[in-house]
Amino acid sequence: MVQVLFIFIPIIAAIFIPVLFKKVRGIHTGWFVLIVPVVLAAIYASYISRVMHGEAIVSKVNWVPSLDISFISYIDGLSLLFSLLITGIGALVVLYSIFYLDRTREQLHNFYVYLLMFMSAMLGVVQSDHLISLYLFWELTSISSFLLIGYWYDRDRSRFGALKSMMITVFGGLMMLGGFILLSIMGGTYSIRELIAQAPTLATHDWFTLSLVLILLGAFTKSAQFPFYIWLPDAMEAPTPVSAYLHSATMVKAGIYLVARLTPIYASSETWVWLVMGVGLFTLFWGSFFAVKQTDLKGILAFSTVSQLGLIMSLLGAGAVAFHVDQAQDTVFKFAAFAAIFHLINHATFKGSLFMIAGIVDHETGTRDIRKLGGLMSLMPISFTVAAIGSFSMAGIPPFNGFLSKEMFLTSMLAIKDFNLFAMDTWGAIFPIVAWIASVFTFVYSFYFVFKTFTGKYKPELLPKKAHEAPIGMLISPIILASLVLIIFFIPNIIGDVFVKPAVLAIQPFLYDSVSAIPIHVSAWHGFNTELFMTIGIFVVGFLLFLTIPKWQKLYNIVPDWLSLNRLYDRFMTFLDKDLNFISKLYMTGSIRNYLVYMFSFIVVITISTLFVKDAFSFSMEGTAPIHVYEIILILVLIISTMTVLFSKSRLTAIIALGAVGYSVALFFVIFNAPDLALTQLVIETVSVALFLLAFYHLPKLSRHEERIRFRLNNFIISLGVGVMVTLVALSAQSQKLVPSITEYYKETVNTLAGGGNIVNVILVDYRGFDTLFEITVLSIAGMAILGMIQLRLSRKENEHENK
Amino acid sequence: MKTNDVILKTTSHVVFFIIFLFSIHVFLAGHFAPGGGFVGGLLTSSAIVLLLLVYDIKTVQKLLPINYTIMTASGLVLALGTASIGMFMGKPFFKHYFDHFYLPLIGDTELHTAMLFDTGVYLVVVGVTLTIIQSIGGDD
Repeated sequence: MVQVLFIFIPIIAAIFIPVLFKKVRGIHTGWFVLIVPVVLAAIYASYISRVMHGEAIVSKVNWVPSLDISFISYIDGLSLLFSLLITGIGALVVLYSIFYLDRTREQLHNFYVYLLMFMSAMLGVVQSDHLISLYLFWELTSISSFLLIGYWYDRDRSRFGALKSMMITVFGGLMMLGGFILLSIMGGTYSIRELIAQAPTLATHDWFTLSLVLILLGAFTKSAQFPFYIWLPDAMEAPTPVSAYLHSATMVKAGIYLVARLTPIYASSETWVWLVMGVGLFTLFWGSFFAVKQTDLKGILAFSTVSQLGLIMSLLGAGAVAFHVDQAQDTVFKFAAFAAIFHLINHATFKGSLFMIAGIVDHETGTRDIRKLGGLMSLMPISFTVAAIGSFSMAGIPPFNGFLSKEMFLTSMLAIKDFNLFAMDTWGAIFPIVAWIASVFTFVYSFYFVFKTFTGKYKPELLPKKAHEAPIGMLISPIILASLVLIIFFIPNIIGDVFVKPAVLAIQPFLYDSVSAIPIHVSAWHGFNTELFMTIGIFVVGFLLFLTIPKWQKLYNIVPDWLSLNRLYDRFMTFLDKDLNFISKLYMTGSIRNYLVYMFSFIVVITISTLFVKDAFSFSMEGTAPIHVYEIILILVLIISTMTVLFSKSRLTAIIALGAVGYSVALFFVIFNAPDLALTQLVIETVSVALFLLAFYHLPKLSRHEERIRFRLNNFIISLGVGVMVTLVALSAQSQKLVPSITEYYKETVNTLAGGGNIVNVILVDYRGFDTLFEITVLSIAGMAILGMIQLRLSRKENEHENK
Repeated sequence: MKTNDVILKTTSHVVFFIIFLFSIHVFLAGHFAPGGGFVGGLLTSSAIVLLLLVYDIKTVQKLLPINYTIMTASGLVLALGTASIGMFMGKPFFKHYFDHFYLPLIGDTELHTAMLFDTGVYLVVVGVTLTIIQSIGGDD
């Protein structure tokens, strides 16, 4: 119970933020916000001692018990690691944002409310054991990301980027929901744990592969895998703390989390291994290759994030291979899952610090354009040191943590070519080669990022601001992250035992009995093996390529712009907006007559054809009341007055005739003993005749040259059809009673259950209260619409008048 | 444009109250005899429409300074609120409660939450009818 509430602490805290922002102007709102992630990080840290031994802590709160939907917080190694990342990096990012966002100029209340909302959502994603609530939180992260990217909503690019990320991730989310539903139908439960327990039976189900592909679509869009990565570079319009938090350390890893979490269910599938590993590896290459093309500091980091996410994804795919090998814990295949989680931690540390440095450079020089930057090393020595540590770790150079996970990555990729299922023995050799090329480019863009910014010629004339070192408050967070980069290199096995192995146990529960049974030991020195030679090759080739960037950067211009994925997205959006609008306008003419024609003809066709297809028409005179002379007279009056409405030449006559129609219907109700209906009909007629008289003055005169109403065949057929339909349905309904009349039930219960006497009215307010509720809602909407239409018309008239 | 019709004006003073009181009666009688929120609301509206016919819109607005839009909205809120009472008691949406009470002057009376709901309906009907009539009639 309490554990579930922890998820909601940030979103509850968010309620107070606007008040604090408005009332306490003297203190930066961020300081209040900072309490939340710090406290949560401390709470989750207290779980470590239990979870690191493989224990899982579960807590449940019912949400919609009738639909079996509940919030289940399930904390095992994987969830805890992510929860700590979310709260830990969250705390650092909030601290950083206090100095990044000006308290007098920025709308901090918006910013922190969105940020806290995201924190809750993300904690929910990684802790939910229930597929539906997981989906709910998943979409909530998309929404908060949308709001945060569009935080500076007066900028075009911000709104564009926000919409783009929303379109792509929500598309993926909806696909994923489909996958979740299929999965829950197959397994008969929404609980991920229970689904994992029945994984072998699920694999034989027909929908298994379909649900797999749908869920992967969700994971790939969220984690910016090829070809869905295009939203991530545009998301860089968000304030830098957001980019550091959502778009590198946490939200984009939700897809990774999902793949890791569902690996026990899907790893047995060949499609899964190929898709996850193939897409991941291709994204790794694609992202690293195009990172060098970018000129925006954050653009480089965005592509680098795309590529690193691909790396982790491909490792998870390779980790799934272990399910297909006997005694995998003794083979070289065991490393992949460990490397994935290990690299995930490392990536959060070095990429977080790099984003913060990019923000600092932007903040202190006024530009992020790498062509204008240079020579900042002497002006910003601390930032340079942090940036260098981060970049070297990203490039995989010792003594930084990136080196360790990069080595394990190469080991895992080399292992793939020894795997002899799924045609891997023929294609497997591609994997280490692509991995190696991608690593070379990773090396190049890491150096490109740090050396183009901090070394070379200082160009003060190009910079909007005079460059200087950032305030210490802004540097604290990147320094902490950079020191973690170093520390992790020296204590990889402590990190491994405490965080990585419990998470690996969650990914590969079938391989190991307990955390201590995972036989992996990380060491910096493996001796002279293939991985080491590959790394040395990466350094040499990468360094050469870095030196010659200006010579080969032109390569990027070979592919024409209109072929790019971004253009495809743009064209799709224009299609949605303009072309579909065009199609709608073909039939949405704005004329009510046309709409009535559509509606009536549709109703007539549907109803009459149903009557005939189902052979439902029947006619019998049984049980009908005798026809009196009054009724015949009334009907004649009714017909005559209706005709008068149609053919009258003056509007006044038409109104009076229409009133006659209404009153004769009311008389029918009187004859048939329906006092309620009669009363209502009479009053309605009175009011509407009065309304007509009121509006009469304003109505246009019936035009003279339209004395004879032209005969329109279409309208004639349709009106005839409607008449025939109503008659047929009424006769059939009267002639055959398929079910016993509900009247008896009403008679019996009107006093005992409903405490009333007049059935008609009790039906309105009690038995069928929903109908009445919606009716009065519709009525109100209609009233407001009329008011709005007339007032709008008035104001337009006034404007026209002013313009003259 | 209004003619100064003395007879109509004089009678309307009386007739208005007759219709209005009758509408309240019909509205309250609804649960056991013909009537209810819909008819009651319409009758009240017709009483006001009578005034509108006799006087012009501005005078009526001075006589009855009611914002009908707010009336509509409060009616909807009342109806929705009554319907949701049950949810707070752990019962389904739209659960009604009733019991008999002894009220001074009136005697044994049944009080029913459906009455509150019907009041919502009444307010919406009056509000919407007069919103429409006023906005169309008042549009010069």
